[in-house]
Amino acid sequence: MGAVSPAGWDVAAMRNALDRGQPLPVQSLARPGWDHRALRVRLVPTPIPRPEFLAHPRLRRSSPISHYAAAAALEATAGLHAQVGDEALRLGIVVCLQTGCVQYTCRFYEETLKNPATASPLFFPETVYAAPTSHVATLLENVVVACTLVGDSSAYIQGVALASEWLADRHVDACLIIGAEETNWIIPDALLHLDRKAIVAAGAGALCLCRDGTLSSGVELAAITDAHSFTSGRSRPLAAKTMREQLGKCAPGELLADGLGNNPRTDGAEQVAWSDWTGARISPKRIFGEGMMAAAAWQFILACDAVARGQYTAANISLVGANQQALGARVIAGQ
Amino acid sequence: MLFPPSHFPSQPLRVVITGAGLITALGRGWKPNAEGFRVGRRAFRPVSLFDVSHQRVKVAAEVDLPELGSEVFPAGRLGRRQLDRLDRAGKMLLLAAQESWRQSGWQSSEPDADQLPLVLGTTSGGMLLGEAYYRQAVQQPSRQRQQATRAVQYQSQLQGRMVLDALGCSGPITVISNACASGANAIGHAWNMVRAGRAERVIAGGYDALCQLVFCGFDSLQALSPTACRPFDAQRDGLALGEGAGIVNLETLDCARRRGAEILGELIGYSTSIDLHHLTQPQPNGNTTVTVMQQACAKAGVTPEEIDYLNAHGTGTVLNDSSEAAAISTWAGRHAATLPVSSTKAGIGHLLGGAGAVEAVVCLMALREQWVPPQTHFETPDPACKFPVVTQPHDAPLTTVLSNSFGFGGVNATLILRRWA
Repeated sequence: MGAVSPAGWDVAAMRNALDRGQPLPVQSLARPGWDHRALRVRLVPTPIPRPEFLAHPRLRRSSPISHYAAAAALEATAGLHAQVGDEALRLGIVVCLQTGCVQYTCRFYEETLKNPATASPLFFPETVYAAPTSHVATLLENVVVACTLVGDSSAYIQGVALASEWLADRHVDACLIIGAEETNWIIPDALLHLDRKAIVAAGAGALCLCRDGTLSSGVELAAITDAHSFTSGRSRPLAAKTMREQLGKCAPGELLADGLGNNPRTDGAEQVAWSDWTGARISPKRIFGEGMMAAAAWQFILACDAVARGQYTAANISLVGANQQALGARVIAGQ
Repeated sequence: MLFPPSHFPSQPLRVVITGAGLITALGRGWKPNAEGFRVGRRAFRPVSLFDVSHQRVKVAAEVDLPELGSEVFPAGRLGRRQLDRLDRAGKMLLLAAQESWRQSGWQSSEPDADQLPLVLGTTSGGMLLGEAYYRQAVQQPSRQRQQATRAVQYQSQLQGRMVLDALGCSGPITVISNACASGANAIGHAWNMVRAGRAERVIAGGYDALCQLVFCGFDSLQALSPTACRPFDAQRDGLALGEGAGIVNLETLDCARRRGAEILGELIGYSTSIDLHHLTQPQPNGNTTVTVMQQACAKAGVTPEEIDYLNAHGTGTVLNDSSEAAAISTWAGRHAATLPVSSTKAGIGHLLGGAGAVEAVVCLMALREQWVPPQTHFETPDPACKFPVVTQPHDAPLTTVLSNSFGFGGVNATLILRRWA
């Protein structure tokens, strides 16, 4: 497992922040052309010292989202490389994004509007959703297949499902599932229209699935529900309820990692779906903020981390996305 | 449950195509497109969608979009407000999906219509709405009108939801964004789902609309041709952009036979890989491309000698075409000398996330109607091409065809289709 969050550049920093139980400090972002509209965000702190991998030729000019994804990927695969060695491993990566490379996209479009004849050719390739995937794959070297999924936060579990298919088909020996986001003024500005209480956060999370149980950190993927999309025939509350029903009843010693924030309106569907849950529960968004796909990854990773450390025998992860679908997953202590 | 899988078929299931829909600058639907591709018609014209007066290049393959109303979609499925929220990309996607749905004969009343997977490939989704959001936010910061709608609707999963609503069904939505391989990857992912028994039927395809950011992006890279898009020509000087959507309805052979459906073709092979050479440039000798074509052939159970036509990625850029030419020559060996190859991007431009899907439908047309799509404006073959580039319209007995798609970031995808006779 690997993570970059407003708490810092590894899983331990994120775990410690969760254990403290206090929402992380909030920063303000200036909004171009409208000084009175302060935008609240939780940014990733600058790493000190600067990690060596950022000197890789692919990462020198890339967007922060690629840096976060790369850091999370390296942390998640560190143990794997130590035990298996690079040569023997065929790695897959699935990178999941909701808003993607917004910093370079805004910079490039700003230049386009000013004078398209002088817009920088360095920025444009970094606006592509697949750019972080490509950078991380190059950094890890032994990647044989890669995919970038776009969607709301529930797509992270779709990424886990895709990875499990590649593993089952013996296409890869291990597969990273990365959820990553960066931010600038436009994301909190847009989110104000949809959820005024949400505080946008940036970062990434990476989970490494492998077939070989001896390489496991002590956690096993037990179940992934169907993807219950929100359509005119199926409301968000109904999708959340159906997902929850597929994960079964609460048993003693189990954890629920939910996606609740601080807004009764947007949290309502998930809250009702899990209203019968009597076990332990963590709500990472309340500590770290609305990290969209990164937040989904943090949820999954914190659930796995708690099981790996022996705090719980199993954990359920609930992802009721903003506008696409509801998915859940269940992890158990490894044999 | 997506995991663990409930059952594995003892043998991979055969996957057939029973519906296909497309919209390109050549027209809307099978007939005008088949007529255009068959003769190698070119559909470029001056860009009218945004200001290109300061760009090096001023042409693209724009689609003529009809007004969407109840004559296109069953009354009551989508309201006027929903249709008004769609941008060009969403409208093209809906039109292609509707055509494919009708052709397949699938019904929203069928029992699995509430769990019908939709797999889409796109590079920019509703970017036109994103651009509008940005412009208003910067130029009129305190004006909020329509911004909430744009913030939601620019997301590609919302366009997917609209498709399911329009067709009267529900199901998991997967959006793949592997740059210009996205459409082929979406169809390939759907093929994997059906073949492995994870779904009996899947709707899949790709789409993208022209937008200022992407047009300017390719122009800034000097990747757009200031003359004419001529894939594999020694004098080629860049690609041309287009827009459109291609959708196919895939199902198991058993399902299609049970329904008595008309089968348009069979999807028999797919593979994907990643080229780590560079973010925007392919490996010069095309090694990864060779691998992906070999893997797709292995899955299809065919040899290069059995491929009757190859629809190349063929963007018209110097680097892409030389790499792909080297790869095709290596992969095909002696068969290259007689393997007809063409790039339909010469006629409709590069559709980015829609390219792989539209080109799969073009392959399906060629298989159904037994012709090879030519690329006109081709004068001098690049010496790297050990294969004949199709330059003249002609009929040909086609049984098996291969389609390549490659993207920024290095994801490659190959699809192999077989004639259903």
